Amino acid sequence: MPVTVRIPTVLRTATDGAKTVSLDGTTVRDVLGHLVADHPGVKEQVFTPDGTLHRFLNVYVNDDDVRYTGGLETAVSAGDEITLLPAVAGGAG
Amino acid sequence: MARYDSVLGLIGNTPMVDVSSLSPVESVRIWLKLEGKNPAGSVKDRVALALVDAAEADGVLVPGKPDQVLLEPSSGNTGIALALICRLRGYHLKVVLPDNVSPERRQLLEVYGAEIIDSPGAEGSNGAVRRARTLAVDNPEWVFLYQYANPANPAAHYATTGPEILADCPEVTHFVAGLGTTGTIIGVGSFLKEHRRDLQVWAVEPPAGELVDGLRNLDDGYVPPVFTDADGETLLDRRVIVRPRESVEWTRRLAELGLFVGVSTGAAMAGAAKCASSIPEGEEATIVVISADDGWKYLSGDIWAGDLDDVVDRASRTIYF
Repeated sequence: MPVTVRIPTVLRTATDGAKTVSLDGTTVRDVLGHLVADHPGVKEQVFTPDGTLHRFLNVYVNDDDVRYTGGLETAVSAGDEITLLPAVAGGAG
Repeated sequence: MARYDSVLGLIGNTPMVDVSSLSPVESVRIWLKLEGKNPAGSVKDRVALALVDAAEADGVLVPGKPDQVLLEPSSGNTGIALALICRLRGYHLKVVLPDNVSPERRQLLEVYGAEIIDSPGAEGSNGAVRRARTLAVDNPEWVFLYQYANPANPAAHYATTGPEILADCPEVTHFVAGLGTTGTIIGVGSFLKEHRRDLQVWAVEPPAGELVDGLRNLDDGYVPPVFTDADGETLLDRRVIVRPRESVEWTRRLAELGLFVGVSTGAAMAGAAKCASSIPEGEEATIVVISADDGWKYLSGDIWAGDLDDVVDRASRTIYF
């Protein structure tokens, strides 16, 4: 069973409107690599030219932000869910 | 109880209540700090007072001078708190507000005499911030206190919320709060870590609905300068996502304990439950969670009684947080 990636509204034009896509991979880098290979329009929005994550994109594996769990090398396994979440202002305020 | 010369004296010194009966791990206690007890109804009273005080101290605002205008983009609580303070201090407040915030927020702004400038709901909070920045450029005489980048915001929490938590709950081991401007987590987290070296700070990503994130492009995204200036990523130990459904479920669980609190408190409690679950059974720990506001402003959302699926669906279209 592959990993599910939840696509935020802002990136769905590049995924033909798909809200989730299923991809293989053993790390976040792997899975997102497959994502941009299948949907090239996403690439510039997810990665910087240096290959790091876009600064306004938060990446969660299940409930956890990968910045605190190993970044792009965070391990994932079948059934995990990766959520891509844009940084937005507001909340609680 | 005490007597106060001014409503502003009622800001801060909020109570905490034990909600450990909701803890998934028996040896982990959870205390909820009730910021809804502030006079304008939220944690933002502290911030708004600090923003205005700092502007007066810097001479940006002059007490008693007529026709001074303040501008604020806010999904609600900061605007409401500033409206109260501006009324008492004699300033005219203009609030840029997404047109899909709950109606109670609008009404409260009117109670305190603020002027409302609408921004498109589909553009969410980021849209309101953008509109306010444009207005600030076009009207340089308006004072834009800009809580997302104003050091008075985290400083208010460093000076008041943090010390209150340490005084009332010296055994605190974990601090959990939602992320908005990030002022709470930066101010309180910095203060507590200075006094409790091993303390963990957990941030809860608020459950913005998909329709309210309002971004046309990721480059419209936003990380508050308050967060980057304080090297927030280093301060945080974990950052967890909480979904709208969990937030509503936890808001209802808190109501079963008699706590009528806003939906963002449900989200923060869901985060606290995740935090508790990460602690081994038998290990003593004490989590302090911030409840940003009470439930009054959310009554029109039928959060407590409606069908859960309907509530979650509505929450994806309305800004409750």
